[in-house]
Amino acid sequence: MAQVSELGQLEDGEDERPKWDNKVQYLLSCIGFAVGLGNIWRFPYLCQTYGGGAFLIPYFIALVFEGIPLFHIELAIGQRLRRGSLGVWMAISPYLGGVGLGCFTVSFLVSLYYNTVLVWVLWFFLNSFQHPLPWSTCPLDLNRTGFVPECQGSGTVSYFWYRQTLNISADISDSGTFQWWLFLCMVACWAIVYLCVIRGIESTGKAIYFTALFPYLVLTIFLVRGLTLPGAAEGLTYLFTPKMQTLQNPRVWLDAATQIFFSLSLAFGGHIAFASYNPPSAVSALLFCLCRNILSLINEFDFPEQSIPRDDYPTVLLHLNATQPERVARLPLKACHLEDFLDKSASGPGLAFIIFTEAVLNMPGATGWAILFFGMLFTLGLSSMFGNMEGVITPLLDMGILPKGIPKEALTGLVCLMCFLSATCFTLQSGSYWLEIFDNFAASLNLIIFAFFEVVGVIYVYGMKRFCDDIEWMTGQRPGLYWRMTWYVVSPLLLLSIFLAYIILLAHKAPSYKAWNPQYEQFPLKQEKLYPGWVQVICVLLSFLPSLWVPGVALAQLLCRQRQKWKDAQLESGLKLQNGRHC
Amino acid sequence: MLWPLFFLMTAIHAELCQPDAENAFKVRLSIRTALGDKAYVWDTNEEYLFRAMVAFSMRKVPNRGATEISHVLLCNVTQRVSFWFVVTDPSKNHTLPAVEVQSAIRMNRNRINNAFSLNDHTLEFLKIPSTFAPPMEPSVPIWIIIFGVIFCIVIVAVTLLILSGIRQHRRNTKGPSGVDDTEDKCENTIAVENGIPCDPLDTKGGHINEVFLTEEERLTPL
Repeated sequence: MAQVSELGQLEDGEDERPKWDNKVQYLLSCIGFAVGLGNIWRFPYLCQTYGGGAFLIPYFIALVFEGIPLFHIELAIGQRLRRGSLGVWMAISPYLGGVGLGCFTVSFLVSLYYNTVLVWVLWFFLNSFQHPLPWSTCPLDLNRTGFVPECQGSGTVSYFWYRQTLNISADISDSGTFQWWLFLCMVACWAIVYLCVIRGIESTGKAIYFTALFPYLVLTIFLVRGLTLPGAAEGLTYLFTPKMQTLQNPRVWLDAATQIFFSLSLAFGGHIAFASYNPPSAVSALLFCLCRNILSLINEFDFPEQSIPRDDYPTVLLHLNATQPERVARLPLKACHLEDFLDKSASGPGLAFIIFTEAVLNMPGATGWAILFFGMLFTLGLSSMFGNMEGVITPLLDMGILPKGIPKEALTGLVCLMCFLSATCFTLQSGSYWLEIFDNFAASLNLIIFAFFEVVGVIYVYGMKRFCDDIEWMTGQRPGLYWRMTWYVVSPLLLLSIFLAYIILLAHKAPSYKAWNPQYEQFPLKQEKLYPGWVQVICVLLSFLPSLWVPGVALAQLLCRQRQKWKDAQLESGLKLQNGRHC
Repeated sequence: MLWPLFFLMTAIHAELCQPDAENAFKVRLSIRTALGDKAYVWDTNEEYLFRAMVAFSMRKVPNRGATEISHVLLCNVTQRVSFWFVVTDPSKNHTLPAVEVQSAIRMNRNRINNAFSLNDHTLEFLKIPSTFAPPMEPSVPIWIIIFGVIFCIVIVAVTLLILSGIRQHRRNTKGPSGVDDTEDKCENTIAVENGIPCDPLDTKGGHINEVFLTEEERLTPL
């Protein structure tokens, strides 16, 4: 994350800086902060939006030319200068102080919606303690003669996610009411975050062994399970065959570049996990679709039970269509294609929840697996959330906003309270749409801008030679050609081009979103809607306001210097006059 | 003499029980789906049982005359197994209204299902929707219980941490003032040389001279 520089230097304002107990703890902490919901939640849904394999190409390019060089810079400069994120930039150049403030703002915005995803995870975790799992059946309708029609149309898991968890509205301007169950979970989540942040790095250093390694264990189990189910091969080939035309969309590159900030090089685990879940559920949906069609045929024509095997279905359908087309036309036969199920099973922020809950349903001992999985997801997100909060709290401590008498616990409590109150807007019925907006706009553009200034600031302002000397002093090795090339030329250029392409794209095409509307004709497909004007304004503000710190602070510094020079000049001329008088 | 009557009866029966006739219901059975290997063959005896169950359901309706098995007519039996049936009144001239038959069958659906070892899905009365059993819901949803437990643990932990933090803070503020007191008391008796009290120089522990602290120890080794 852009706030990873905190890893190099820790508690501020104390004489004795705490340090990691050993190298393993430090490495695991890096992994723990880097691996988070970004891998398991964000990466799969981005991957699916851009058609599977094609997303990996820009992701790897961004990783090699932007992610790893940037990560190295942040760790090295943080360790060398041993200051908080504000202090580092002030030390490099006073004009770059805005980068630190901007990172602080972005951390705040990201922590708001990141914790909301944790709230959802907590909700699923709490609901996993029952058998059968609540998302395995549809609720009955009012006169108990059938299932609720919305659930029948969309499937039990989607219904549980969109209706019973989010109670989503059909449009973003329709805010609806606060969902009390999500509100309660949010209170609990922020309380847990506060509990972890009170003591800071000393406690998480111990917990990190578990929270960083446990997810990999669970994911491996899921992967093995997924690969042994039928249809895994088809699904995987589908996912890994890239659709090259998606690479022309600058948004793919932007999302790949920013995904780096959310999950550094460890998204592979999430992608493979996603690949292993999607095929089995898609294949079972396909089989279910075929069976339903066959049953319709058998019932209509009164064929004996089980007389049409699945493989014979196409030939039988053809024969019947030729002989009695009117009767066949009356039947509600749906076309069953595997691609449809792989494409449209789920999308957006709910993808991970829908896919994983469906995968868990098909496992024996579903309750245990669900508890395990959502518990793991919660610890993953919590460790990353901790990094976010440090990115908010440490600059506040550096700036010295609160007087010395007030203890650190009060400051962290205040910060958590403010974040909690701001994040309650995500518990509204349109909360999921707002979360998508925050995810798409708050982080992406700003992080690109800050990354650009980081690279330029360290390499050009601090000086490449000085930086290389520092690294040699710290590690004993001078950075090689790859590092110097990427730092000098490739990274800044890549970032700049992505930024420009994105601006052009935004001006060219209005952003849209997919709404869950039961009244839509093609339900359960989501309805594509454009954002209303006021929402577009908010998107633009989110994208640019945090970056305004950079020119703002530079300008303020410039004005300050000018005033200082003017004051000095005045003082000098005043002294000369005085001296002159005493000649 | 009886033959024309017989033909008349069958003709009337044929009229009363027809697919899509008024007050007629289609029934569909999926015996093999339900029972697999233990599926029984559908023959006239099973049909007799069915007619008996329908007659039984009609008899259970209060204020209705006794319905006999012969009043229930079956027709169009297919291999599926599916067929149509109607319930006639004692005069066998017209059929009973569909609404009555529907409510009677719904009341005794369970008994009919059990007689054939089938359930609502495998013994379907088209146009007679079955009532699902209400789901088992505990009075307090389980997730609230778990939530309460977790929340209480978190609140207790936060309170403990805050209290220990306050205690440590108080100890820190008391500590240095305690040391000052002893120093004041000892000052009168401490020997002074060049302005430096001798005592610290004699202590075995000594001071750590930071000049000789290597950079290695300050930074976590990479």
